Amino acid sequence: MATKTPATPLLDQLEDGPWPSFVTGLKRLANDESKQYAPMMKSLLGQLEHSYDTRKGYWKGGTVGVRGYGGGIIPRFSEVAGAYPESSEFHTMRVMPPAGMHYDTKTLRKLCDIWEKYGSGLIAFHGQSGDIMFQGISTDNIQPCFDELNDFGFDLGGAGAAIRTSMSCVGAARCEQSNYDEARALRTVINNLLDDMHRPSLPYKMKFKFSGCANDCVNASHRSDVAFIGTWRDDIKVDQEKVKEFVGENGRKMVNDQVINMCPTRALSLNDDDTLDIDNRSCVRCMHCINVMTKALSPGDDKGVSILVGGKRTLKIGDLMGSMVVPFMKLESDEDFEKLTELTEEMVEFFAENALEHERTGEMIDRIGLINYLEALGLEVDPNMVAHPRTSSYVRMDDWDEQADKWNQRKSGSVAAE
Amino acid sequence: MSEATEKPRMPIECGVPDPMPLMHPLMRENYGKWSWHDRPRPGVLHHVAKSGDAIWTIKAGTQRQMDLSTIRNLCDIADEMADGHVRFTARSNVEFMVSDETRVDALIEKLESDGYPVGGTGNSISMISHTQGWLHCDIPGTDASGVVKSLMDEIYHDFKHEEMPNRVKITTSCCQINCGGQGDIAINIQHTKPPVINHDLVSNVCERPAVVARCPVAAIRPALVNGKPSLEVDEKKCICCGACYPPCPPMQINDPENSVLAIWVGGKHSSTRTKPTFHKLVISGLPNNAPRWPEVAEVVQKILKAYKDDGRPWERMSEWIDRIGWPRFFELTSLPFTKHHIEDWRGGRNALNQSSHVHF
Repeated sequence: MATKTPATPLLDQLEDGPWPSFVTGLKRLANDESKQYAPMMKSLLGQLEHSYDTRKGYWKGGTVGVRGYGGGIIPRFSEVAGAYPESSEFHTMRVMPPAGMHYDTKTLRKLCDIWEKYGSGLIAFHGQSGDIMFQGISTDNIQPCFDELNDFGFDLGGAGAAIRTSMSCVGAARCEQSNYDEARALRTVINNLLDDMHRPSLPYKMKFKFSGCANDCVNASHRSDVAFIGTWRDDIKVDQEKVKEFVGENGRKMVNDQVINMCPTRALSLNDDDTLDIDNRSCVRCMHCINVMTKALSPGDDKGVSILVGGKRTLKIGDLMGSMVVPFMKLESDEDFEKLTELTEEMVEFFAENALEHERTGEMIDRIGLINYLEALGLEVDPNMVAHPRTSSYVRMDDWDEQADKWNQRKSGSVAAE
Repeated sequence: MSEATEKPRMPIECGVPDPMPLMHPLMRENYGKWSWHDRPRPGVLHHVAKSGDAIWTIKAGTQRQMDLSTIRNLCDIADEMADGHVRFTARSNVEFMVSDETRVDALIEKLESDGYPVGGTGNSISMISHTQGWLHCDIPGTDASGVVKSLMDEIYHDFKHEEMPNRVKITTSCCQINCGGQGDIAINIQHTKPPVINHDLVSNVCERPAVVARCPVAAIRPALVNGKPSLEVDEKKCICCGACYPPCPPMQINDPENSVLAIWVGGKHSSTRTKPTFHKLVISGLPNNAPRWPEVAEVVQKILKAYKDDGRPWERMSEWIDRIGWPRFFELTSLPFTKHHIEDWRGGRNALNQSSHVHF
């Protein structure tokens, strides 16, 4: 029995310095003698020190879950349980936070109270996918702990070959640059796909992320299979009096250097009277000028989302950025949100049926070509989907006239609609 | 006992909780109706709604892996000084919101005195994105929390001040899967030796065809070793990525001496100004030197100093390098340029200089 806090000379060195120390927190838990978690955390400190000493990890996976679900728990069994028996089981419960990660203290305190009763006392706000990570619980305590969390209104997140927990930026809750209701979009999409989250049966993981503008504060473009990025179709809104004030305060050189010349599509020019000339048809909604001149400039009124698909990290074919598949979609009315539900369901379904085992959406598209993906989802081709048209002539195009007709019909259709 | 109570409890599949009842009331009232913002000082955001309401946000750093007393301490601060609400950012900073500017200073003072640095806004260096490491991962080559803590101690000043050309996002990853993601600076484990295989365990533990399929360079093949079905690795082909290790733990890739740290720069997720970019290798071979990784910190500081001195306002790391060119980057950081910097993975030609443009 680890009745004593083990000596941790290496970890102790991580208590120095000004940044908050997780080691100090671990020790507080280990020394909280009246609590059920104290022995587990003494043992955990011992194993972690052993890792620091030998520079190796000592956890292995396994199968642990809650009744009715197939995922959401990350099982961890110690490979050195002989030396550190009280933390031989140290599983993580992934729990989905409120969209936008807003909490009142009543909720946080209740989560703490439940975890104090069953777990290690260690919680990460939040993991890389966006889960609240309740780190360190024995197999036996998982079910009762989950039952209490679940009765309190919280649900497990994703793990394994499943829909994963999602993230949205602060968005409409506090940011004037928000272009849609990010929290509603997240809850609409994810809460409709819970079966594929809680009962993993997809070829591999699938992530959705929601950012309110091109600043992409939750890193959706690269860190999700399906990224929603807020944008707008009409003109940037300009308050020319505020522009003049900004030029007056900061000088023309600053405005030229830091605003005008940094526009990626050369869509800006400073007029002789210190007002701003914007070529809105050339603007790509990158947010830079709006970020700098927060009082003078803001996104337009005809807002919506762009959808990028296929972002992921290294395994297996190398990094992929999400690429544009829906340049613009309104996301305001109930009907718009129904369309969002349908589209995301189709994306999951196509992935489930067509991806190979352990293949992400981006890799699947890389293998089958974007055109097959677009056609399966009924998405029309659009020049916004490419950086430039193809450069290779090695392609069969004997239906050229038919394809050109499609485009021409769409164009005349959209003109007629306007 | 009635039958109903004996029935096992099944989950209530309630999904993502509604944030509306939990967020600060001023944010709820002005949801989707904000007008502009500014930053009165590092660590503080000031948002003004179309209604004229204003809210001040004070952002502070945490250790992410928090013990209960830390979380309860944050709750006490929120109850006493910030209307009982908090929010967490994607990089594990905690935000307190107040409706009155006069409450800002006292809140900052309280947070600082309780050990939570206030900062992480605008052109500062925010909290490092954090993975699991030795504390909890099943395949880590190094720790996460310790690396983050060590580096945040190093860049503490630049978390609390807005002195960089633009925001700097640093990430760390304990294996080459790179859960930390893209970063202006990414510090990732790089394995340098093929997996060491425990042939006695492979056939019992590993689904061999799945492991063979996992290899990015087709270096793994089924084999009989000592009369037992196992797997073997063509060590000439092997790129030591460790992709076989998660599905087959007997193929140990982690090596206390030979698993090193590599630093990559210029990753960017946003579409702001330039399109998103991947980070690029600048140095490898740094020792996995727990508990404080001083060799890594030294290089990170070198890169940050060059960027801070030479970057122009609003240039992210990738944009700065795009302007000055890679020769100047290696000169300013005094890092060696080697054959390993030249891409030879699929699509690698796109990373070559296909022009006569040369920096002198």
